[in-house]
Amino acid sequence: MKMNIIKTSVAVLALVGAVFTPQATLASGETPHAPKQEWSFNGLFGTFDQAAAQRGFQVYQEVCASCHGMNLLSYRHLSGIGFNEAEIKAIAATVEVQDGPDSEGEMFDRPGIPADRFISPYPNPQAAASSNGGKAPPDLSLMTKARLGGSNYVYGLLTGYADAPIEFELPEDGNYNKYYPGHVIAMAAPLDDESVEYTDGTKPTLAQHAKDVTTFLAWAAEPEMEERKRMGIKVLLFLLVLTGMLYAVKRKVWEDLH
Amino acid sequence: MDTNNMHPVMKWVEYRLPVFSFLDHSLGTQYPTPKNLNYWWNFGSLLGLVLVIMIASGISLAMHYTAHIDFAFNSVERIMRDVNYGWLIRYIHMNGGSMFFIAVYIHIFRGLYFGSYQAPREILWMIGIFILLAMMATAFMGYVLPWGQMSFWGATVITNLFSAIPVVGDSIVTLLWGGFSVDNPTLNRFFALHYLFPFVIVGLVVLHIWALHIHGSNNPTGIDVKNKEQDTVGFHPYFSVKDLFGMGVFLMFFMFFVFFAPNFFGEVDNYIPADPMVTPTHIVPEWYFLPYYAILRAFTGDFLVYQVISLGGFLMDAKLAGVLAMFASILLLLFMPWLDGAKVRSCRFRPIMAMAFWVFFLDCLVLGYIGGKPAEGIYVTIGQFTTFYYFFHLLVLVPLISRLERPKPLPESINASVLKAAE
Repeated sequence: MKMNIIKTSVAVLALVGAVFTPQATLASGETPHAPKQEWSFNGLFGTFDQAAAQRGFQVYQEVCASCHGMNLLSYRHLSGIGFNEAEIKAIAATVEVQDGPDSEGEMFDRPGIPADRFISPYPNPQAAASSNGGKAPPDLSLMTKARLGGSNYVYGLLTGYADAPIEFELPEDGNYNKYYPGHVIAMAAPLDDESVEYTDGTKPTLAQHAKDVTTFLAWAAEPEMEERKRMGIKVLLFLLVLTGMLYAVKRKVWEDLH
Repeated sequence: MDTNNMHPVMKWVEYRLPVFSFLDHSLGTQYPTPKNLNYWWNFGSLLGLVLVIMIASGISLAMHYTAHIDFAFNSVERIMRDVNYGWLIRYIHMNGGSMFFIAVYIHIFRGLYFGSYQAPREILWMIGIFILLAMMATAFMGYVLPWGQMSFWGATVITNLFSAIPVVGDSIVTLLWGGFSVDNPTLNRFFALHYLFPFVIVGLVVLHIWALHIHGSNNPTGIDVKNKEQDTVGFHPYFSVKDLFGMGVFLMFFMFFVFFAPNFFGEVDNYIPADPMVTPTHIVPEWYFLPYYAILRAFTGDFLVYQVISLGGFLMDAKLAGVLAMFASILLLLFMPWLDGAKVRSCRFRPIMAMAFWVFFLDCLVLGYIGGKPAEGIYVTIGQFTTFYYFFHLLVLVPLISRLERPKPLPESINASVLKAAE
């Protein structure tokens, strides 16, 4: 009798879990997940496509950087996507950085150096907010780690602008995006075909821009990823051998007991 | 320990401070251990390993961390980007927290299944529950330190729970915060306590092991050692090597996450710096707190269990009932040795209790799943049912089944059970 009650309750619990969950998820009307893309940095052995990341950096500088900062990055970090020292110095030198105070107590402007952080488009968060309808554009340093779906989401967002469905009530200052939670995003479509003129002859399509800048952002969020995965393979192989040997020792030690 | 064969230096030390014989009696050849322990008994030593890893990585992190609301988030990112192997140390520490709870939950369920809490190991078990509580406090405060969105809002939600306590609740919350909201003083005291608590855990672990060594390990049959020669083997080399092998397997699991999925257990929102003006859509605690979170949220005004225990809302409001239930869900475990009235320890010989155990286990999993879902629609109903069942199991099923069930015949001895299994 008691066994039956227990069996029944197990079955009920399992049923409740299996039957109602999908419906409940759909009922709450969530924004669809952005489709998965092929990324060079996927998988156990993935690495960043350096050419794509460099093109993505160009997209960031020429388009995104007018509103979005990346305050966790310094120009020197760009060596991580294959820029050499001279290139990094040249990139850093294109920006003006306020420094000081000097020995007379004056602030002064100077060209950037590799140790400088990426300069922000706005002098302070208040300025960023007031220029953008009250909400500051988010910093992009960690963007692919800070959103559900990561790189797929960022790519989906950049390519997901569309006309709103007829029944959808779009606020006047909003833009419709297929993958932004709730679909109404303040940022207008930032990229289009030929937004940026690539120097390496890559065809400048919207998809290409989005893919490149997402690769760049993925690197920016996890600059340690390549080293991490390389070390991980070695660590796991080492542990596999060690554990195998420990197992052999264990068998040997226990042999006389069995 | 035979001191005659010792190296002269060891002998010199041993004569003045007998560390070598102490070790031999605690972890060595002179510590008799039931020879039938299965791999579920590996998790004690694994927890010791994780504790050491957490303290070592944590101290390294503390050298680079800045406990200030303006700098905490960026100091963690500096560790990730500019400190040599900082990403490795931080990911070990971050995932180590999850590993700690995976191991401790297995350890606890093992104790529940094999009746390890029963006489004469009640105090051993109770110290274990206190270790769990200390771990939870440590983990909660550690999660606040990176000062991301989930850090801030998790801290806000959880500390606010204490305001439900009558009379002194608000004062307790002010004390926890060091002010009138979660702010810089909160972060500072959480950092100080997060550094302190692991050493409290070390102290509790010493007591836990001390209590363990008085009567030795329980074992899968749950019967006592009758003949030391036949039933037990020396901890070293038999279990030292088995534990080392277990550590190898466990480290592979641990390191897979560290190197290939370091943010698997985390919340993406915690990579957004804390902002008191923006509330995340779903505030969820770390996965290991989800079952308790589900219990907390199950208590709404119309929950039947709440109506009954509060005499129709007369005694307390639903928030207080939820907070009490959440703490009770752990504190009740302290009374397991008395809730369980069986003469036989192991569920191997208590088939009905074993069934109840697995349903309870499943119930805890469902509670965890519900804790991670928004409190709406069917999730509320399932959460309330599983919450009810959690307490129903501990307060009704365990006392009844343990006293009514007639256990299967026990093997004559540990040795006899091993010989029988080998046939």
